[in-house]
Amino acid sequence: MHPLIQQLLAQGPVITDGAWGTELQARGLSLGEFPDAWNLTHPERVAEVARAYVEAGSQIILTNTFGANRIRLGDHAAAGNVPEINRRGVEISRAAAAGRARVFASIGPTGKLLMSGDVTRDALRDAFAEQASALAEAGADGLVVETMSDLDEAVLAIEAARQTGLPVVACMVFDSGKDKDRTMMGTTPEQAAKTLTQAGAEVIGANCGQGIAGFVALARRLRAATGCPLWLKPNAGLPIMVDGRAQYNAAPEEFAGYVPQLVELGAAFVGGCCGTRPDFVTAIRRQLNR
Amino acid sequence: MPDLKELYDAVVRGDAKTTQAITQQALAEGIDPLKLVNECMIPAMDEVGRRFECNEYFVPELLISARAMKGALELVRPILTARGDEPLGRVAIGTVKGDLHDIGKNLVASLLEGGGFEVIDLGVNVPPEKFIATITEKQANIVAMSALLTTTMPAMKTIIEGLKQAGVRDKVKVLIGGAPITQQYADEIGADGYSENAVGAVALAKKALAAG
Repeated sequence: MHPLIQQLLAQGPVITDGAWGTELQARGLSLGEFPDAWNLTHPERVAEVARAYVEAGSQIILTNTFGANRIRLGDHAAAGNVPEINRRGVEISRAAAAGRARVFASIGPTGKLLMSGDVTRDALRDAFAEQASALAEAGADGLVVETMSDLDEAVLAIEAARQTGLPVVACMVFDSGKDKDRTMMGTTPEQAAKTLTQAGAEVIGANCGQGIAGFVALARRLRAATGCPLWLKPNAGLPIMVDGRAQYNAAPEEFAGYVPQLVELGAAFVGGCCGTRPDFVTAIRRQLNR
Repeated sequence: MPDLKELYDAVVRGDAKTTQAITQQALAEGIDPLKLVNECMIPAMDEVGRRFECNEYFVPELLISARAMKGALELVRPILTARGDEPLGRVAIGTVKGDLHDIGKNLVASLLEGGGFEVIDLGVNVPPEKFIATITEKQANIVAMSALLTTTMPAMKTIIEGLKQAGVRDKVKVLIGGAPITQQYADEIGADGYSENAVGAVALAKKALAAG
């Protein structure tokens, strides 16, 4: 196991952060705007989100770099700045953490499907390598390959991330099938756990896709299929639209109420995805008596 | 006479080579192309959809069956067009402005094609004017919009408003889909229909046109 992961786990379950996108919207990110570009245009507001999580008690915060890969950006004006957006993302989170939290940089999917021929394996490999090396050079403590639906793409991202020598977390979205226990591509938790572990991720898990209640079964199945520590970041329930904006209905206390059960099942890193906020992190911290 | 059950099975298992080979053979022997489509391929895609609904099939299986279907349609369509057979409907499909996600949109587009529709794919980040222009220039009678993000879905409402202002709202059926979309949202913005998944979109498009 990577020494940093060992060190983090020595003190018990690690509290990660909550959502960034919804927090940036609350600070004026407009509909359809590319959030990661704010690292260059509105760094002070991105820093506010990062600081809010550190102050709430996150031991690991992520970065505003989820979509900052060349393929996702495509023809977008920001595409020329891919390395810069990633570097600034890490710098902003590091400055906010100020030694109180570790910075694990976010690497999201490209949004193109390998099997439909929209993108090649080489293009994916290059895009992830470019992003991972920019994140590592800027001083990230670890890399998080997250919100993946396609196992092949996840493996390519893990391989690129591992080249940096940083510890790599990899997690998938289980949002399909009648029990919401498959990824969009039909992958089961068992298949995911096995493949992500084989690909060399230090920590594996699940994020997004559904509320925390559904993560109990996911955690149990992931746990049974891998020896790696588990990383879990559920949504704050499912969104409901109010006046054209998404609202998530789970209350922080209700969400945090599930955390002891997840820890019992072997969750080593716990936080939240879409709709969770700094007060969710505070509620998790209270539940864990920190 | 080629075995049409075999053609059906080939589409269901996503065997593009066999699908195309049998189609070619059937056409060479003078079988009515419309019969091939309506009695064999569309029922096969319905079966693929059924398997998806009961979680036997997932996105990869949908994709390979749709691809097999597409290969066969490329052989059939020129014949249908030459003799003046109209498609079931013309769909202008796109991911709304501000949104670059196209996995779901592409899947719906290929399933609609497989279901007998002509599909005009406008791509991603599609501004309202482009949807409107397609309705008038290409006589589309269905507008299908996709959004993956809660932040971009309000663009659907803007497009519907735009259709009204351009005076073409009653010329088309507006169908919407995407992870954050709900029936309630469709009702709220005055869309004609919503499908929870790509498979349902085909039945929805047929139903919307039948409703007149």
